[in-house]
Amino acid sequence: MRNIHTDTIERAVYELCGQACLHLTDACTRAMQDAAAQEESGSAARFALDTLLQNADTAAAERMAVCQDTGYAVVLAEIGQDVHIEGKPLAAAVDCAVAKAYADFRFRKSVCDPLTRENTADNTPAALHTEIVPGDKIRLTFLPKGFGSENMSRLYMLTPAKGVAGVVDAIVETVRLAGSKPCPPVICGVGIGGTFDTCAFLAKKALTRELGSHNARADVAAIEAEALEKINALGIGAQGFGGKVTALGVLCELAPTHIAGLPVAVNIQCHCMRCAKTEI
Amino acid sequence: MKKITLPLTDADIEELRAGEGVLLSGSLLTGRDCAHKRICAMLDAGEQLPFSLRGETIYYAGPCPAPDGKACGSCGPTTSARMDAFAPRLLDLGLKGMIGKGERSEEVCEAVVRDHAVYFAAIGGAGALYGNAVQKSEIVAFPDLLSEAVYRFTVQDFPCIVAIDCKGGSVYRK
Repeated sequence: MRNIHTDTIERAVYELCGQACLHLTDACTRAMQDAAAQEESGSAARFALDTLLQNADTAAAERMAVCQDTGYAVVLAEIGQDVHIEGKPLAAAVDCAVAKAYADFRFRKSVCDPLTRENTADNTPAALHTEIVPGDKIRLTFLPKGFGSENMSRLYMLTPAKGVAGVVDAIVETVRLAGSKPCPPVICGVGIGGTFDTCAFLAKKALTRELGSHNARADVAAIEAEALEKINALGIGAQGFGGKVTALGVLCELAPTHIAGLPVAVNIQCHCMRCAKTEI
Repeated sequence: MKKITLPLTDADIEELRAGEGVLLSGSLLTGRDCAHKRICAMLDAGEQLPFSLRGETIYYAGPCPAPDGKACGSCGPTTSARMDAFAPRLLDLGLKGMIGKGERSEEVCEAVVRDHAVYFAAIGGAGALYGNAVQKSEIVAFPDLLSEAVYRFTVQDFPCIVAIDCKGGSVYRK
């Protein structure tokens, strides 16, 4: 048994908020550079990609949010089952960290009541997902999730007869229907299997995997590759201006499902991939 | 890139063509979801708006708070399609320019032509660059909406692509 105080967790989440919102991930920067190199010089898509790379440099140098949509604060906490958390309730500690970071770093507060639309004014509550894992450590992942892309996400409850082709079609259709709205080139986090709810969570979790990585299962990696190729054949391009690169990557995660179903969740992430991780 | 001074003139609008790059400088208003909903509710109730829309350009954006020494924090465009339900009404009242990101509805495209207006696409995600292009910022209405309030910005060399022009030309492929 290892004791971890929530003050330690709070400090870690605070640091992750700052680190994430001020920077693109390294993998995303590389993917954007590759995308720019593929688009014709002088095209609107190339102009957009070059502008975005310049923006990322400026944001990091001047410590400004790389995108003003500093997102809904999504926090994944993988908690070792040999950890004992002491201090305040975990969710309260995470919310304290988010509120303080969004105030101190002057990030936008984007969380509101769904009906009255009244802003909570401190970007809380965070969407905290906890998983109990082996070990005596806590792994924390912070994903500030913008909603221009979140809005374009979809969940399909396919029949088993649809199979692999149906999964690929669902991913490609989601990106096609989103068009220029979610800030392409996008990244697709895809959940395959599970239940209605766990499938959606898998899609979110898939987005925290490094861009450019492949699922360890060859048949799943093949779905990632086929979907990416078909998406890039759509021609939507950066910002919807037309071009070769409509998606930077497709990341699929899998879970067993029921004999009667084939859930597929597609969580769209814009090109502004911000994600930070740490381990306590 | 062509330099355009805001407020837009009819002559400027007449010459802009979908796909061309422009640098916008001058005065504009911000407004996004909640502000649009409130503007239209006020119009429905026959109330006077706290600002005039005539000849204005609205930027669909909600900024981050300004860091010390800057007029504005990160401030890129938001998805314009969410304002499609409101935009034709505002265009009919004299709004001349909209700045946002992404495609618009058929109704908005028709109103842009009908009202001799223009829709510019800013580069979604370039928040720091657009924030730095804001030289002056003040709240003109709805401060309770926080980042969704209506701000008056003075901007310098705001890079955009003409997305829908007054002849109905569009940069987005159908």
